[in-house]
Amino acid sequence: MINRETVVKTIEVISDTIIENSEMLNDLDRAIGDADHGINMKRGFEKVKSILDDTQGKAISEVFKTVGMTLLTSVGGASGPLYATVFLKFADQCKDMDSLDAATYENMLNAAIEGIKKRGKSDAGCKTMLDVWIPYADTLKSEKSLGTDFSIALGKSVEAAHDGFEYSKTIVATKGRASYLGERSIGHGDPGAASTVLILESLSAMFQEG
Amino acid sequence: MVGIVLVSHSPKIAEGILELIGQMAPDYNQIVACGGTAEGDIGTDPAGIMEGIKKVNDGQGVVILVDIGSAIMSAEMALELLEDTGLSDIIIADGPIVEGALNASVSASIGASLNDVIAAVDDARNLSKL
Repeated sequence: MINRETVVKTIEVISDTIIENSEMLNDLDRAIGDADHGINMKRGFEKVKSILDDTQGKAISEVFKTVGMTLLTSVGGASGPLYATVFLKFADQCKDMDSLDAATYENMLNAAIEGIKKRGKSDAGCKTMLDVWIPYADTLKSEKSLGTDFSIALGKSVEAAHDGFEYSKTIVATKGRASYLGERSIGHGDPGAASTVLILESLSAMFQEG
Repeated sequence: MVGIVLVSHSPKIAEGILELIGQMAPDYNQIVACGGTAEGDIGTDPAGIMEGIKKVNDGQGVVILVDIGSAIMSAEMALELLEDTGLSDIIIADGPIVEGALNASVSASIGASLNDVIAAVDDARNLSKL
């Protein structure tokens, strides 16, 4: 069962993964942006790790809210408000819940995607994190309608997330700092798409192991 | 008086604009520089922007000027978080941050309304330099 302890543990895993990969995220951002996506995300998730102890005894929704507010005040780049929106939207969808299930996760993903679209005034195909979020959620939905086992569906969704990142290499950036580069952004993967893959891998693993 | 919040990725840019305005409208001090992250690095800080808005708001409205990218997102996030507190008439103006801030502060300093201050920023956007 995915209870608050599991969620806190997963947020710790997400934080460690982001911190470990911060150089890779910086490198991606160096190619098409301002080389700080890794630094910003590392700063944010180090802060998240440092406050996880304070969430003891808090409900799942409160844990997500605390993560969102912490990212909001510590990240510094565009990824701050965007990932803050993700976790705040997650929090909205699991109010008063003691555990998370597949249906709730679907709602969380939908709410997060709508939130990112609104916050970033963006959509699929703009070379942003949405090019990972959307195919991931769409795959989960279509596998569900085919009756696929949830754990297997999550595996396929993670594949779709990776494909989404690969797709981001092939298109021109029209949002964010990379949009100043126009055609020159082709060939490089989007840093926000890359960090989203890392986060979705950890969330998927949580549900697969859950 | 209408308040002004300057949101830049760089603390130096925000402070520098404030300095420039000090010359143009020396008696106008309902303006605050929100540059950089909470640690003073390059970036923007929604929580800092929220505090800035509260600081310069006397009920006549606040105009926010932003530089690039996430400055807009951070300002919008700050506005959303402030919605719960009942603050209203806080507007993100669509104009260049340096010229817009100069126009806006001169206008605000003579007691212009919120709409007039926003219009002053619009004027700056259409200003031809050569």
